[in-house]
Amino acid sequence: MNVEIIVAIILISYLRVSTLTYDVPERWKKPLKWGFFSALTIAVLDISTLLNSEISKVLSLFLVGGVIYVILRYEELHKGKQLVYAWLPLLLLSLLFEMIEYLFPAFFNRWDDYFTSIIFFAVVWGIAIWIINNKQRKTLEKEKIKALAREQEFKATEEMKIILEQQVAERTSALTAQKEELEKALSDLNATQAQLIHAEKMASLGELTAGIAHEIQNPLNFVNNFSEVSSELLDEMCDEIQKGDMDEVLALVEDIKLNMQKISHHGKRADAIVKGMLMHSRNNPEQKSLTDINALAEEYLRLSYHGLRAKDKSFNATFRIHLDPHLPQIEVVPQDMGRVFLNLINNAFYAVNERAKKSKEEGIDGYSPTVNLSTALYSDNGKGYLVITIGDNGLGIPESIKSKIFQPFFTTKPTGEGTGLGLSLSYDIIKAHGGGLEVISDHGLNPFAPEAHSEGDKQGTVFTITLPYENTTKL
Amino acid sequence: MKVLIVDDERDVEMLFRQKFRKEIKKGSLELVFAFSGAEALTILGDTNPPSVMYMFSDINMPGMSGLELLSKVKDRFPKLKVSMISAYGDKENHDKAMNSGATGFFTKPIDFDTLKREIGILLN
Repeated sequence: MNVEIIVAIILISYLRVSTLTYDVPERWKKPLKWGFFSALTIAVLDISTLLNSEISKVLSLFLVGGVIYVILRYEELHKGKQLVYAWLPLLLLSLLFEMIEYLFPAFFNRWDDYFTSIIFFAVVWGIAIWIINNKQRKTLEKEKIKALAREQEFKATEEMKIILEQQVAERTSALTAQKEELEKALSDLNATQAQLIHAEKMASLGELTAGIAHEIQNPLNFVNNFSEVSSELLDEMCDEIQKGDMDEVLALVEDIKLNMQKISHHGKRADAIVKGMLMHSRNNPEQKSLTDINALAEEYLRLSYHGLRAKDKSFNATFRIHLDPHLPQIEVVPQDMGRVFLNLINNAFYAVNERAKKSKEEGIDGYSPTVNLSTALYSDNGKGYLVITIGDNGLGIPESIKSKIFQPFFTTKPTGEGTGLGLSLSYDIIKAHGGGLEVISDHGLNPFAPEAHSEGDKQGTVFTITLPYENTTKL
Repeated sequence: MKVLIVDDERDVEMLFRQKFRKEIKKGSLELVFAFSGAEALTILGDTNPPSVMYMFSDINMPGMSGLELLSKVKDRFPKLKVSMISAYGDKENHDKAMNSGATGFFTKPIDFDTLKREIGILLN
C-alpha cells in the first residue's frame, strides 16, 4: 500500500464528516462517496496484490491529486485545506524519493538513511500540523458553540420581547376597552340618575294630581256656587227695591259683597294651586324667592292628604297643624322645598296608614292615625332658625335601617311603589339651602304621641327641618 | 225643622245660609253646622232625641270621615235621615254610603235644586 492512497482515504473521510464549522456540501456528497469507495477499492486491490503496484500507484496519485485539487479549488471544501498542508510535504517527498529510487537506485541506497529521516520529519510535520489544526478547529468550534448559544439566547430574548410586546398590546387594548366600557357605564349611570330624578319628580307630581284635582275642584265649586247664589240674591234685591224695603236691600248688598270676596278668595286659592303645580313640574334651573313657609307646608299637607284620599278610599288620618304666625318669609326654592314637604308628609301618612292596617289585622282598637305639622322660629347664639317638624304616630323606623333612610334608592315600600329617592333628594335639597334634616323615630321619642293618641303609646317618627334665617335683627 | 250640615270647609255655612235664605227667614228651616265628625256627634248628642231631623255630611274630611260618621250616627240615632255629599262620585263611596243606611248621595258641586226638592219634601 502506498502513502497516496492513505492520504486520499484520510482526506475524503475527513471531508465526509460534518462538524459545527463545516457542513458537507450537498453537491459533493455523491462524488465524495464514490471517491471514498474508489480509494478503498484501490487500497484493497493494492494490498491483495491483485493490481499491479505501478498501476495502483498511478491511480492513487490521480485520486489524491484530484482530491487536493478540488479542496484547493472549491471554497466550500475549505475544511480539508489544513489537512492538505499537513500531508502535502509527505506526499511530494515520498513521490520525489520514489522517483529517485526508481531512476538512481545506487544514489538512493547511499543516502537511504537521510531519505528515511526526511520522510520521518515529513510524517512528524504532518502529525504536528494535524494536531495544531485539530486544536484550532476545536477552539473555533467552542467559539462557534458560544456564538450559537449567544445567538440562541438573543433569539429567545427577541421571541420573549415579541411575546411581551404582544401581551402588553393585548393588555393595553383590554384595558382601553375596559376603560371605554366603564366610561360608557358611568355616562349611562349619569343619564339614568338624571332620568330617575326626573322620574321621581314626575312620580311625586302623579301623587299630587289627585290631590290637586280635589284642591282645585273645591274652590271652583265655591266660585260657581257663590256666583250662582249671588245672582239669585240680585233677583231678590230687585224684588225688594220694587217693594221699597231698603233695609233688606242693604242686607242683600252686604251678602253679595261678602260673596264677591269669597269668589275672589277661592279663585285665588285655585290659582295658587295651579301655579304651585306648574312650579313643581318645571325642570328648568330653579330660583330662590321669598317664600311663606307656613303656606307652602300647609298647601303640600293638603295636597298630600287629598291625593292619598283620592287614591285609597280606605285611607284616613287626622292632621294637626300648629303654625307659628310670626314665622318670617325666607329665601328658598319654593318648588324644591315643596317637594321636601310632600315627601316627608307622604311618608308620614304612609306610616300611619300602614300602622292602621296592621292594627286592624291584629284586631287592636283605639289607634288614631295622626300626622302633625308644626313650624317655629328659634334663635341660638344670635343665629335664627326656622324649624319645621313633620311628626306621625305611624309604625316608626326600625333601628336597623335608620342609618340607610337617606341613602338613594333605599325604600321599604314594595317594588314599583317607591323610587327610594324621596328622602335622599329631600336631604340634598335641605343641605343646598344650608339647613339640616334630622329624624327621631320609633318607640318613645315622639313628642306628639300623648296628644295624638292614648297614653303610653309613643311609637312614631318625627322629621325636623332646620332652615337658617339670616335676618336676625328681628329676633 | 233642624238640618245639620257637616263639612270641613267653613264657607259651606255661608253658602247654605244664602241658598236657603228664604226658608230660614220664614222660620221653616233651621240650619246647624259642624266642621268635623266629632263636632257633629256632639251636636246630635246635645238633646235626646236629637232636635236635628236631617243630616248632610261630606265624606272627605280629615279625622273622622263622613262614612265613619254615618255608621256611628246610624248606630246611635237610627231614625235620623242622613245623606252624603262627596267630591268623589265613585261607585265605591256611593255603595258604602247606601249600605250604611244613607238616604241620599250627592256629588260636589252640589245641585241645590235637587237638594232643595229633597228638603222641600221633608218640610211638607
